[in-house]
Amino acid sequence: MSKKTQRSNNLKRLGFWTFAWTLSVALASFGGEFLWEGNQMLNAAAIGLNLFVGILMILANRRLIENLDELEKKIQLESMGLTLGLTLVVGLAYSLLDITNVIPWDAEISFLVIFMGLCYLTTTFLNSRRYR
Amino acid sequence: MKNRIRILRAERNWTQENLAEAVGVSRQTINAIEKEKFDPSLPTAFRIARLFGHPIEEIFQFENGNS
Repeated sequence: MSKKTQRSNNLKRLGFWTFAWTLSVALASFGGEFLWEGNQMLNAAAIGLNLFVGILMILANRRLIENLDELEKKIQLESMGLTLGLTLVVGLAYSLLDITNVIPWDAEISFLVIFMGLCYLTTTFLNSRRYR
Repeated sequence: MKNRIRILRAERNWTQENLAEAVGVSRQTINAIEKEKFDPSLPTAFRIARLFGHPIEEIFQFENGNS
């Protein structure tokens, strides 16, 4: 199998597991309210499924990264490093804003996830441009 | 690190895509190496040298002060 086909397959696999993980988050979040009326056993099972699918998504991502060439790995490393650092620093600062009541609303984890996604997209785009 | 990849590639009428496929890297990586924005690893440099049939030091020249 050529490297290109392998990469395309790995990308499809990651897309599939990411989609499945998103569905499992929705199931764990809303299942108790709309499908099984707060049954704790089913809630726990849905969260367990979410964790399991999440691990498969991470493994698919690792497989994709292992198949990248050296420059692509460098770009990913720089982007992930920046994203991790920024998320840690901005996330803690955001949490402190909530704890010290500087902001009137709660510091929700969803904001951090959105910030992390945008950060990763931006840094990957900028790092890719650097090597064009 | 300076290199002669673009010249050697042009002599053989190879596209960046052809070379990338033969070396097992992406076209973007070949482009970045040619523009000297990225230094390849030793195995990649050896693969390139073998493909062109030249010793590695005839293709890549290390320059002091460059990364």
